[in-house]
Amino acid sequence: MSMSRVANRRLSRTIQSIPPSGIRRFFELASSMEGVISLGVGEPDFVTPWNTREAAIASLERGYTAYTSNSGLYELREEICRYLASSFQVNYNPDKEIVVTVGASEGIDLALRAILDPGDEVLVVEPCYVSYDPVVRLAGGVPVAVQTSIDQQFKLTPQQIESKITDRTKAIIFCFPNNPTGSIMTKEELSALADVITRHDLLVISDEIYAELTYDTNHTSFASLPGMKDRTILLSGFSKAFAMTGWRIGYAAGPEDLIQAMVKVHQYTMLCAPIMGQVAALESLRHGMEAKDRMVESYRQRRNYVVKSFEQIGLSCHKPEGAFYAFPSIASTGMSAEEFAEKLILEQKVAVVPGHVFGEGGAQHIRCSYATSLENLEMAIDRIDAFLQQHK
Amino acid sequence: MKVERDKQRELLHILEENSRRSAETIATMLDTTVEDVRETITKLEKEKVIIKYPAIVNWEKVDADDLVTAMIDVKVTPKREVGFDDIAERIYRFPEVQSVYLMSGAYDLSVVIEGKTMRQVAQFVSEKLSALDSVISTTTHFILKKYKHDGVILEQPEDDKRMVVTP
Repeated sequence: MSMSRVANRRLSRTIQSIPPSGIRRFFELASSMEGVISLGVGEPDFVTPWNTREAAIASLERGYTAYTSNSGLYELREEICRYLASSFQVNYNPDKEIVVTVGASEGIDLALRAILDPGDEVLVVEPCYVSYDPVVRLAGGVPVAVQTSIDQQFKLTPQQIESKITDRTKAIIFCFPNNPTGSIMTKEELSALADVITRHDLLVISDEIYAELTYDTNHTSFASLPGMKDRTILLSGFSKAFAMTGWRIGYAAGPEDLIQAMVKVHQYTMLCAPIMGQVAALESLRHGMEAKDRMVESYRQRRNYVVKSFEQIGLSCHKPEGAFYAFPSIASTGMSAEEFAEKLILEQKVAVVPGHVFGEGGAQHIRCSYATSLENLEMAIDRIDAFLQQHK
Repeated sequence: MKVERDKQRELLHILEENSRRSAETIATMLDTTVEDVRETITKLEKEKVIIKYPAIVNWEKVDADDLVTAMIDVKVTPKREVGFDDIAERIYRFPEVQSVYLMSGAYDLSVVIEGKTMRQVAQFVSEKLSALDSVISTTTHFILKKYKHDGVILEQPEDDKRMVVTP
């Protein structure tokens, strides 16, 4: 611990200001033990459907091993535009308004580097994916946390935004359906944000990687709201909906000036996303919708099972309407999330992620991914039940 | 109504994947009541939508020589009025016949037979099947190895290759 506080002259001050990931410790703990049931995995439990894998193999056999254009295969960009238009009613031009990235993660980095000057503030809506805050810092910006809370089902309100605005506020980044809370924003709830965002002329980085994984209503894209497309960078990708995490293929869609600025960063740092993954992504969009629907159906069933089971064993859990995470409150146990998660894995061998790693607002919650088999979920619930009994 | 039909389809998917899931668990998964699940299953059984709840057994693991399976292409002369149905029924009533399909293409019926030995299957083909009046010819293919059966891959189940904790 003390080592990290001593300035290392070989490293930049920026990188030294970024703390190590809070998840790392749990990963190491869980990896070192036998027989752990993990609810800590932030990715689908499905293997990429075979038609997609086969398409990638066939493309390798035919010799598709070269660079693609910086923005990505044109056919893929066209297909992404068709998909965004038909699924979310947002229209983009494949020539200038789309860039294929190495996962939505790269898209976050490109967006922030394209828009930030040193000292610009970015509103980071928490709890959120662990990369937003550090990536803002790496891009020279200043992250300003906006806390959503369980009282509002972890939804974002205009008042929460308003209270954090300064004259340096340049942009806001949020993710709905949300990792780790599973909360979504309806069309009406998003529309309520448009006014404050327009009034303060904010750019919006809307991470919609879980857009396909909603269980009660269809997803609304922030960019589809009147007037919002021009100030929104929509980020998404193939990892979650099409079970393609390891392929690392995502995309950003937005107005030409922003996307072309992102392409500039992308071409000098990444050149292009790997062609093999782009070919696979194309196959998923063309022939993967039915497989996707079956996966969504299965997540919904497991969501229902997990939420009800948490209630039954006495953990209060709001109903997550999207993504594949339940985010129950552990406040009633009197433990901190970190203490709870650590004891749970040591005593009952169930791995969960303590909520504080996703931001302060998650400090009394644990993130439980239900992207695992129903048998594993049943066992995990039994073990958590035993754990709660023991610590009454 | 639409919702109800979708839920029924989902319920069938769940049972097809694992017919031993309890009504309680299924009710939770589908966000409905246990009574509703029980009633729907009873209804589907009565309507013969759900026909049976068999186990898929990998017999090779029990005893390598236990059973021989053959697929037989059968050419037949269809009969007036009853077409292929009559001869199909005469064939599928034999207990050693596992399945019978009417096919398009080079032959008419595809018949799957299970026997204890190759000789037993051969005997069935020559003495029972070929002896039927309508049967013109048979071609027998013995199955050497089952890789996938009724949608289930028999060897090497895919294990979880993910890391245990990821953001």
